Amino acid sequence: MSLSPVACARVAAPLPKRGGVGLKADHVEQILAERPDLGFFEIHAENYMGDGGPAHRRLEAIRALYPISLHGVGLSIGSPRPLDKDHLKRLAALAKRYEPGLFSEHLAWSSHNQGFLDDLLPLPLTKETLATVCDHIDDTQQALGRRMLLENPSTYLLFAESTISETDFVAEVARRTGCGLLLDVNNVIVSATNHGFDAIAYLDAYPLRHVEEIHLAGYAEMQDDAGRPLLIDAHDSPVREHVLALYAEAIRRIGPTPTLIEWDNDVPVWPALLAEARRAELTMARVVAASEEKGLRHAV
Amino acid sequence: MPFEASIEAFAQALSDPARPAPPQTRGREGRPDARRFAVYRNNVAVGLIGAIEARYPVTRAIVGDAFFRAMAGAFVAAEKPLTPVLIHYGEAFPDFVAGFEPAREIAYLCDVARLENAWVEAYHAAEAPALALDALGEMAPEDFAALRFAPHPAARLLRLAHPAASIWAAHQGTGEPRPPEAWRAEETLVTRPVADVLVRVLPPGGWEFARALFAGATLGEAAERCAAEGIDPGSHVVGLIAAGAFQSLR
Repeated sequence: MSLSPVACARVAAPLPKRGGVGLKADHVEQILAERPDLGFFEIHAENYMGDGGPAHRRLEAIRALYPISLHGVGLSIGSPRPLDKDHLKRLAALAKRYEPGLFSEHLAWSSHNQGFLDDLLPLPLTKETLATVCDHIDDTQQALGRRMLLENPSTYLLFAESTISETDFVAEVARRTGCGLLLDVNNVIVSATNHGFDAIAYLDAYPLRHVEEIHLAGYAEMQDDAGRPLLIDAHDSPVREHVLALYAEAIRRIGPTPTLIEWDNDVPVWPALLAEARRAELTMARVVAASEEKGLRHAV
Repeated sequence: MPFEASIEAFAQALSDPARPAPPQTRGREGRPDARRFAVYRNNVAVGLIGAIEARYPVTRAIVGDAFFRAMAGAFVAAEKPLTPVLIHYGEAFPDFVAGFEPAREIAYLCDVARLENAWVEAYHAAEAPALALDALGEMAPEDFAALRFAPHPAARLLRLAHPAASIWAAHQGTGEPRPPEAWRAEETLVTRPVADVLVRVLPPGGWEFARALFAGATLGEAAERCAAEGIDPGSHVVGLIAAGAFQSLR
């Protein structure tokens, strides 16, 4: 297989509007041997914050061949406390070293007085929290010297004190800070199911013009206290069909967009993960083809 | 509820399974929902325990998955990571294992954990060229005694009270691990001169000798300090250099 031209150039250019996957250590040898035609690899920033060693050696080899996207999972942007300046420095150093096409983080918190809690935890959506989140995004964009993307969360419960809808909150953050958005379509389905709202209505209200990357993943199913379905953002399985359908609707509205398959637990063999990225690319291509056909019919 | 208070209440409830879901949280029924909150509590525990499992695979294999999960669970409940960089989390786990009452009968377990921790530290340590034996080749033998060495950033020295390095080595690869041939203390050097982490058992007296060199003693001083052990400083230092223990002469 040949590499696409964009994949060969090591510049901090925008990610290609194609499929990508999360980089897993166990896959690297096969990827370097086969050099599959793929849009990009995404890395979890915190996994590359050691000083050296095999993790960096693998990433250097991948980066020489593909664009990468830097995805933070520990900055705790949604925390009331100031951001960890040392962590911002570590992120800035990684961004400088690997020149990622973009950097993204979550509308969530993960550190508090107890320490780092290793989960993307929910926050109330109020004027007060909006101001704090905007300050933290300003700090991040300043420390990295670049725009960041903010990802919509999957949540399992809401807060009594919330006064702003998630879509309005995200739109206002983008307006105030100038940040871009990462639309996690699986998170939309998970939260829509968990809180009983309509996923299409969420897309209607979401500031889609700021979206520069999409995440897709598989979810797990549980039940809450009332026996209602409770979906868990598990990243442990293929993308569900109705998530892919919502993804197609998002692509129809915003056009081709870099799309990542997140599969972080029970990670499959490399060909299966690559096939998931192909599935997303095929969906993207079908939507584009359908839009063009429709455009032609209108022209006639 | 103010932002800070709401997050603090959430964090407190996460850390203590006996607490109910925080009162300001809402499920679909408009009230706190224990199962929904339990997802977060479970995510935190599973994530942090997973980091310990990944760092200590042989310790885990020795005691089995269920025992290890309970032991790691007790550790992560007591000690949260100070930063989000989980590749540095769990260095205090060997000491926790040493004091973990249900594991007391497996006296060597904490030594295996110490070796695994050193292995991970070496794995993520800074890149640096290792001092080559050639560097000594052009020197006059009478100058050797005055040499000082800078340790390689990946090098770790361990004095293990049990044959933990042999036990660890027996768990590498597939197949049933064999018990060590001799039950004795193992002075151990962990290095990563290039990409791969190397584990070597040092000859007796090797730990004291290498530690003196790492601390900046001259080769002559280190040899003198270990003279009582009856060791051969020449072959010792050649072995250390060959293993990639040093970055340079200083």
